[in-house]
Amino acid sequence: MDLYSSIVLYIALFFGLYYQIFLLVTFFEKEEKNISGANDYRPDVTIIVPCFNETRTVSKTVMSLLQMEYPKEKLFITVVDDGSSDNTYEEALKLAHLGNIKVLQQKNSGKYVALNKGIELATSEIVGCLDADSTVHPQTLLKMLPYFSQNKVVAVTPAMKVHDPKTLLQKIQNAEYNIGIFLKKIMGKLNAIHVTPGPFSLFKKSIFKEIGYFRHAHNTEDMEIAFRIQHHHYRIANCPQGFVYTITPPTFKKLYKQRVRWTYGFLKNAIDYRHMFFNKKYGNIGTLTLPFAIISIVTAFLIIGNSFYHFSSYIVEQIQRYTVTGFTFDWFSFDIFFLNTSSITLLTFIMLCSSFSIILLAWNMVEGKTRITRDIIYFVTLYGFIAPFWLAKASWNTITSKAVSWR
Amino acid sequence: MEISTKKYIIVFLITAGIFAVAFIVSNYINDKRYEVIKTTADKISIDILSLETQFELFQESSCASLSNPVLSDEINALADRLSYAENQRGIDDEDVITLKKYYSLLEIKDYLVMKKVDNRCDVNPISILYFYTNDEGCEDCAKQGYVLTKLRSDYPLLRIYSFDYDLDLNAVKTLITINKIPKDQLPALVIEGKTYTKFQSVEDIRKIIPALAATSSATSTQATTTQRK
Repeated sequence: MDLYSSIVLYIALFFGLYYQIFLLVTFFEKEEKNISGANDYRPDVTIIVPCFNETRTVSKTVMSLLQMEYPKEKLFITVVDDGSSDNTYEEALKLAHLGNIKVLQQKNSGKYVALNKGIELATSEIVGCLDADSTVHPQTLLKMLPYFSQNKVVAVTPAMKVHDPKTLLQKIQNAEYNIGIFLKKIMGKLNAIHVTPGPFSLFKKSIFKEIGYFRHAHNTEDMEIAFRIQHHHYRIANCPQGFVYTITPPTFKKLYKQRVRWTYGFLKNAIDYRHMFFNKKYGNIGTLTLPFAIISIVTAFLIIGNSFYHFSSYIVEQIQRYTVTGFTFDWFSFDIFFLNTSSITLLTFIMLCSSFSIILLAWNMVEGKTRITRDIIYFVTLYGFIAPFWLAKASWNTITSKAVSWR
Repeated sequence: MEISTKKYIIVFLITAGIFAVAFIVSNYINDKRYEVIKTTADKISIDILSLETQFELFQESSCASLSNPVLSDEINALADRLSYAENQRGIDDEDVITLKKYYSLLEIKDYLVMKKVDNRCDVNPISILYFYTNDEGCEDCAKQGYVLTKLRSDYPLLRIYSFDYDLDLNAVKTLITINKIPKDQLPALVIEGKTYTKFQSVEDIRKIIPALAATSSATSTQATTTQRK
């Protein structure tokens, strides 16, 4: 390996390890905030369900909201059909008599317009959104609301889980989402959350009056609003016990499309809010989350490029060997002398151990037990092979300013 | 919004500490590895000296009294380990270069002793001198290395002595001059006093040394190459 690639790899390893240690240190730090005093906080809450061609799932989504443990007279649901071409509107109308449910319809104008319509009409103190492909645990709202008692908190994000993971890709995402819950908890502690996900993020309604409503924001309005909240020096809390179940893409094509949109949206919003990078004024989001999110994308390319280079060199070598000597079978023999103990290998090993400890801690926190499941094995072995596709596409689209469509 | 500068610094120190430990451990293991190679080379050196001494003594007696003139398999292991160290520490590493010089001298010594044994006792060992370079321009050098490794495993009695053309060692330079090997003609093989430049396939070498087939049933091995593959 030449000197330059070694230096680049060392830098990437240093940042990677630094970030992981930072997360672990934060996780084991004592929680300072006490929210137990706000457990009886019961404000009016409006949940907006934006829909586009969700005939099959909208009633399940609304029913899960109705089954939440919360005073019925304080819970309002607004279903906004964003010009669906199927029977979503009619399906939603059938549910209107079950509670405080409003069903609105608009010409197809985008999710953010549907959300804004719901927020404008809401009269409650708290508004939330719930994508029509998600359902919510009955106790989630009760668990999330107390976080609004913390100083400057204007939004609370839930803990997202995968609904009934069936395909291999859904199982990989199941592991990813569980790890995400763990990381979100840490980011919440650091006040460094940069996305308020569509499935059941809650907001103080007043914040929209102050900082503005949802924007198109490169088809990632849930990311942009989080950037804007942080930009205005408000806080976004995370409730790791507030479970929301979302249907994840079952096929690679759908997953690829979703992740290209997410990554592209992140990169574009990061560019729009670039003044926050390395700016101490914005706290940990400026000095940790945003820079490291970009670094992680670059690091992923470096590691993938490096692995690809070594793998292809090995293949070329084997082909060359085969062409000059024919097939030869070498018995595997282990000699401790040849164990690779270069500092790059040792550091990579340390980083892998650190990653594993994060995964196991996440599993312990979310599932209540520390064990290596099949989903973890799928995630660890396969994610690195599929993620580069959308990272590359989203990065390319960002560089060439090619917009990404929602669907 | 507050950030804890103290935490950023502490995490930096922990990370830097882990890096330092990784470097120290890696260096320590590399030093140990160097010692292992050096010990092996010393042992082979003693073996050669012993063989030379034995040879001197046996000039006054019969060939039958000469114990097994074939060196131990350790010289092969030494070649593999040296090749690995070269990969790990780089071809410019001072320790690696010193070991390589030592190894090349051992090879030449063994080659000369075997020639003496051959003249006196008609043992007739089959040997190949192989000259290569680690320069990027020599694409066939890697291929030649595969061919020789294959021959070494097929014909255990074949003795292959490999030399880095660019090694700054007078003994190797003399060997290059004697056999008239130009750098732009690498890889080069010297078989029974004749120089063959450019890549030679397994079949080419079999044709050059028809006696190889007769050696395939033997059990001892003696083939070396430290070239990076």
